[in-house]
Amino acid sequence: MDTTDQKLRAILSDVLGLKPGQADSFTAETGLFGDLPELDSMAVAGLLTEMEDRLDIVIDEDEIDGELFESYGSLLAFARSKLDAA
Amino acid sequence: MKAESYPCPLPGGAAASEYALVFDAGRKHRVLIAPALFDEGHKLRRFTVEVMRRLDGSGIDSVLPDLPGCNESEQDLALIEPEDWRMALDAAARHFGATHVLAIRGGGLVLPEKLGGWHYAPVKGASLLRTMLRARILSAREAGREESVDALMEQGLQMGLELAGFSLSGEMLRQLNTLVPGKKVGITALEHELVGGGALWLRAEPDEDAEQADALAAVIAVGIGA
Repeated sequence: MDTTDQKLRAILSDVLGLKPGQADSFTAETGLFGDLPELDSMAVAGLLTEMEDRLDIVIDEDEIDGELFESYGSLLAFARSKLDAA
Repeated sequence: MKAESYPCPLPGGAAASEYALVFDAGRKHRVLIAPALFDEGHKLRRFTVEVMRRLDGSGIDSVLPDLPGCNESEQDLALIEPEDWRMALDAAARHFGATHVLAIRGGGLVLPEKLGGWHYAPVKGASLLRTMLRARILSAREAGREESVDALMEQGLQMGLELAGFSLSGEMLRQLNTLVPGKKVGITALEHELVGGGALWLRAEPDEDAEQADALAAVIAVGIGA
């Protein structure tokens, strides 16, 4: 698990109220948006702002679509692509 | 714990009576809470009161005032600017004889003039605004409408804007976008890492955390030396 992966799991733990270690069980296939009814637009917006702060990236609203939150793998791939581009 | 009120100055020179939650036993140390703003204010209210409960147990009085336009206030939020909140906190500090301030998140953007104290988990006004703009764009998109940050801000600065259920004036948006936690003499910033655990303002479902409340209250009580 690299730093980006760890930071992203920590942010999701905060948003979802997971206990320490619980997010370790996330795999690339773990579903996010569709499978987690508690992720409303305010929670998703907070998640994105926190990703910007903790990963030091800037996310444009045009980049946000449903597929991004389809699975943990897709969100992590997006974070990594932002960091590579930075 | 009891409900009280304080005389709060309003824009234009009028005054209103605003609600305040107090732990008041007439003790020497009295902490004014500058509450978190907007959606974070709701998510952190229970945590804030739990911190106050612990301060009470350590022999410290505290007061959590409603800011005009927020919580139980009857004022129209759409007519309020951040400066009005600073004046409200000044008035509450005088009314209750506060000796210290504990600002939570965005509350630290409108610190009262003369009190020293702490700012827990500082945040920029622009970050609070960006999150609310995003939430609006995301829910509009779910409803099949496309909105953009730039267009919303342009419209909002002229006519005001409803974000996350809050009616914000153009002036509120303009000021919020520029407010940053200041390096104010006598105010110690307390990063969330010091308190530990998951950040409660991010939680999709509002929650509380006894250990976090213990930790924050302990820092304040030790700092005051009560």
